Amino acid sequence: MSARSNSPSSSQPLVALRGVGRSFTNGVTALEDFDLDIRPGEFLSLLGPSGCGKSTALRVISGLSAPSRGTVQWADGLGAKAHGIGFVFQEPTLMPWATVFGNVHLPLRLAGVERRAAAPRVMEALAGVGLADAATAYPRELSGGMKMRVSIARALVTEARLLLMDEPFAALDEITRFRLNDDLLDLWQGLGKTVVFVTHSVFESVYLSTRIVVMTPRPGRVFNELAIEAPTRRDERFRTSAEYIGTCRLVSDALARAMTAPAGAAAAIPARQGGAP
Amino acid sequence: MSEADRREQVLRVALPVAVLALGVVAWELTVRLMEIPPYILPGPGLVLATLVADWPVLADSLLVTLATTFEGLILAVVGGIGLAVLFTRSRFLEYSLYPYAVILQVTPIVAIAPLLLIYLPQPAAVLACAWIVAFFPVLANTTLGLNSADHNLVSLFELYGASRWQILRHLRLPAALPYMLGGIRIAGGLALIGAVVAEIAAGTAGAGSGLAYRIVESGYRLNIPRLFAALILLSVTGIVIFFALSLLSHLVLRRWHESALTREV
Repeated sequence: MSARSNSPSSSQPLVALRGVGRSFTNGVTALEDFDLDIRPGEFLSLLGPSGCGKSTALRVISGLSAPSRGTVQWADGLGAKAHGIGFVFQEPTLMPWATVFGNVHLPLRLAGVERRAAAPRVMEALAGVGLADAATAYPRELSGGMKMRVSIARALVTEARLLLMDEPFAALDEITRFRLNDDLLDLWQGLGKTVVFVTHSVFESVYLSTRIVVMTPRPGRVFNELAIEAPTRRDERFRTSAEYIGTCRLVSDALARAMTAPAGAAAAIPARQGGAP
Repeated sequence: MSEADRREQVLRVALPVAVLALGVVAWELTVRLMEIPPYILPGPGLVLATLVADWPVLADSLLVTLATTFEGLILAVVGGIGLAVLFTRSRFLEYSLYPYAVILQVTPIVAIAPLLLIYLPQPAAVLACAWIVAFFPVLANTTLGLNSADHNLVSLFELYGASRWQILRHLRLPAALPYMLGGIRIAGGLALIGAVVAEIAAGTAGAGSGLAYRIVESGYRLNIPRLFAALILLSVTGIVIFFALSLLSHLVLRRWHESALTREV
């Protein structure tokens, strides 16, 4: 596992989306002319209103959905399949018939790693999300927050570099969400992953991210992007700091303008905008 | 468990038993007081005595009917699940065959049985009847279950490069299991009905005849006590099959499925 400092320079994106469009057979265009660089080691949030194509963007990045137009380019020229991606959905999306262990084992099992050989990695992933002693439980025995932790452990077990998260905490209560936010930041820093996090919450995106991309309503485009330069060791004090609140206001403004922006408009404010040094 | 819950549980068993006892007593009294001859309506005591006295004949017939029912059920389960899996693999096959599965199901089995008896040897025809009525619920439920797998889980399996076989084995079949078991539970009762219908249509006497034939035969001979005894055996068989399959379903699903959980209030 590489530490964050070992990541290549941010000039070379891990994945680059260029002019990506995605239309569906029912005539809906979810994404149009969508450009995005995912830089190694960053925590990138895609922020936008419901139905702006955030989830579609994640599916295109993951290779689950092919772009109708444009290209998705990985730094090493290989496709998404070759890298192994961790994906966390809005719902925990666990198999109810399998234990916690069985659910986290799944990606390895599909890759042909048998139960015994996979056990150390599965247990390590479970320990990473604080569920080492829940391995034999069934999903129905867990709370919503615990199920989401299992889902995160499953995404981490393959040691994929890129972790894609689609509004993973939207259905959880605030106390659970805050705890999972902190745990996710710890995991991200400890494991040196690159995270793309889809959310419609300004506060969550500012708390978690090193960079926020604000999207326009459908068809989704990049309206604006903001770097969050606050130190990434964040805690409850950060939530009440003037820096956090100021940044939230900036992002809220950008989001409000994105909502009313004419199609194709880009933000007029500088692309790099952070809190006080 | 609270006192009220326990009382309710006792009532759930006690009430049907009480109704049964009342019915038997009323039956016996009616027969005695009105002096109904046994070839019109035998009393429950006589039926029970006949059941014991004719046990060797009835037991042989019971075994024949049971064998047909279970063979029909097993073939229905194998055929229904197998066909459902093939349908999910090939639209072409599904579109080609599904309408005929429906036709086979909606055409009354009583009407099909005489034809089958012309073209097939009797044991095969009886088995075919049991299979025809039993396989459709398995097929329909399994098809529904296989298509009910969580779409995001399907995406996840694809993301991790799962083969179609892996998706079937580790996702679609387990997701379909509760549906399948529901279908099998219906099929168990239907297999018995199919076997009985075919036996009645066949109407062949001899050593290898089932309970339904005993009923027809007893009717012709005005041996009404034996007719009742055979009928009771058929009824009990149906009840046992239903409970056995319900138990199987509960044991398989109890660890994870909502249907098998006791709700805590």
